[in-house]
Amino acid sequence: MFNEAASLKTKSLEVWRGGLCLFEGLDFTLESGQVAIVSGANGCGKTTLLRILSGMNQAAGGYVTWRGEKIHRLNADSQAEIAYQGHLDGLKKEFTVLENLLFYQAMSNQKKPLESLLEELRLGPYQNRQVRYLSAGQRRRAALGCMRVKTAKLWLLDEPLTNLDTKGASLISSWISEHAKSGGIAVVATHQRESLIQTATIEIEL
Amino acid sequence: MAFIRHNLVRIVNTISVLNTNFWRWFHQLASPPHVFALAGRVCPWFAGLAIIFLVAGTYGGLVLAPADYLQGDGFRIIYVHVPSAYLGMLAYMVMASSAAIGFIWRMKMAHGLAVSAAPLGAWFTVLALVTGGIWGKPMWGTYWQWADARLMSELMLLFLFLGYMVLRASFDDRDKADRISAILAVVGVINIPIIHYSVEWWSTLHQGPTIAKLDEPSITMDMLIPLLIMIIGFTAFFGWLLCKRLQGEILKRERQTRWVDGLIKGRTA
Amino acid sequence: MDIFILILLRDLRLSFRRWNELAMPLLFFIIIASLFPLASSPEISQLRDYGGAVIWISALLSSLLALDGLFRVDAEDGSMEQLILSPTPLGVIVLAKIIAHWIVSGVPLVIASPLLALSFYLPLEALPVFILAIALATPILSVLAAIGAALTVSLRGGGALIGLLMLPMMVPVLIFGTWATDAAVQGENPIGALLLLASLAILSISLGPLAAAGAVKVAME
Repeated sequence: MFNEAASLKTKSLEVWRGGLCLFEGLDFTLESGQVAIVSGANGCGKTTLLRILSGMNQAAGGYVTWRGEKIHRLNADSQAEIAYQGHLDGLKKEFTVLENLLFYQAMSNQKKPLESLLEELRLGPYQNRQVRYLSAGQRRRAALGCMRVKTAKLWLLDEPLTNLDTKGASLISSWISEHAKSGGIAVVATHQRESLIQTATIEIEL
Repeated sequence: MAFIRHNLVRIVNTISVLNTNFWRWFHQLASPPHVFALAGRVCPWFAGLAIIFLVAGTYGGLVLAPADYLQGDGFRIIYVHVPSAYLGMLAYMVMASSAAIGFIWRMKMAHGLAVSAAPLGAWFTVLALVTGGIWGKPMWGTYWQWADARLMSELMLLFLFLGYMVLRASFDDRDKADRISAILAVVGVINIPIIHYSVEWWSTLHQGPTIAKLDEPSITMDMLIPLLIMIIGFTAFFGWLLCKRLQGEILKRERQTRWVDGLIKGRTA
Repeated sequence: MDIFILILLRDLRLSFRRWNELAMPLLFFIIIASLFPLASSPEISQLRDYGGAVIWISALLSSLLALDGLFRVDAEDGSMEQLILSPTPLGVIVLAKIIAHWIVSGVPLVIASPLLALSFYLPLEALPVFILAIALATPILSVLAAIGAALTVSLRGGGALIGLLMLPMMVPVLIFGTWATDAAVQGENPIGALLLLASLAILSISLGPLAAAGAVKVAME
């Protein structure tokens, strides 16, 4: 189905914001099963980097490729392999947790039953509650559930542990490890490097 | 046979050299210092052309052209009205095409050209509206006539310019401002002929008994030539203004770079 | 195609859960139209004269209001990011959203406008043409307002700006729509105006979503 093996590669990535160069010359390659942690102070460009990796923003210099294709010019199949979870949840607040999950599942053409996922996320009792009535931590878990449901190969997570309690944080950490073990690739930006560092293959410090 | 092949190869080579040179020239246009210098070199030519043609056209229009049979000397305002209306349209075309080029090829200089053209086009359109009103006053008794198709079209064009400028100004991030207003400019360009013809159609539908339309007098050659000269003069004037504005825009965008620094130091040294 | 239907149904379901947003464009339409008799004179002859124009202008203005939040809500909660990153072309997704909004805001207009027309003493025989003209015009207005919404999605005070940007572009719809209405009222053949409206509808539906999608992508960077 794909010409090239799954790999995320950047070359001489250069990022500017507000007329200031945040970083330049960023080169890395992630193969199947590898995880990168991006750490750094606030405002150093972690979010911008992740957005560039997803293809939403364009870098001032350099390029990103997924499976050898430039990230802007992916065909639909390759594009479907990428899941991005940013600071915003991406949940419709008038929909229930279940409806949001079902929507993202349908968008990705998946059909697995969701009970076990809801169990893991501890959202089983809340599945029929509209998102606007959930707490911040519950929303984040729901958002990460929506990401999980896409069964993507490349995970781009921007501060996934925000608002999560310790149980939630360890759940996400285990997800990332499992994802890597089954051949997936992940780039995770985080402040809480201690919680996730054991999953990482490489660390990018901005 | 070998002769044909040899020349075919030469032709193909020439085309590819021209092609490479074109793209090299095109990509150089992305470089701010290059464009700045180019605008500076071209400016005096536009200025010279403008002065010659405007003076000639004014003299021709005011003195040489015969008075109109129906409208007397009043029609002479078309020597300002028609060129300014035409320039308003030309400015929008320049704005929309350079904005589109800037969007597709991500060339900041193209966006700079669009930004420079917008206020010029708006002012030319205002001039067209004002001179249109002056022209119509003897006929209509008022300076504004809603029923006139040309004035209404020009009013819509003015709104399109103002919309572009207001949209640009609403964004803090200049790159976003450039690209989003580029989309507006292109949507506008597609709409302009539609708006123009619908307004013209509308005015014929509602023609009152009085002559509401700004009617050109039946144009004779000695009236037409000064008009054409004025159009060329106005276009050259627009070109000169555009170059000057573009230079200003480049300096504004690049004010924190070394080459601008050097330029200033060089000037004041 | 499935994704198209999916997004269409999603937006429809969301609109029905925000019922206050459902009602607003229609109420706005009726309120604006009611202002005109108050502002001038409720005499029958006068109403009949400007009735058509009033309804058309109210339709234009209420379409601006209806589509203001088309992209903004999705942009603010992060759904727009996910839609941009999905493998489906954004133009298709945008078209689905526009159609969903037209169903919710345009169709009520099409239903309410003959009633308003009758209240302005427009003759009964003119109604079928009038309804057809409004039915052709509302999709065009939806697309144009959507383009305006896309251009201003990342701006705070976006609403008023959409009007400035898009009303000049809506002028042809206004002109052809009132032409069709007047022709029908005076017993003339409205087919020219209706065909023009139809071609504008085809043009805007095919190209408009592309422009809106481009603008949304830039705005979300």
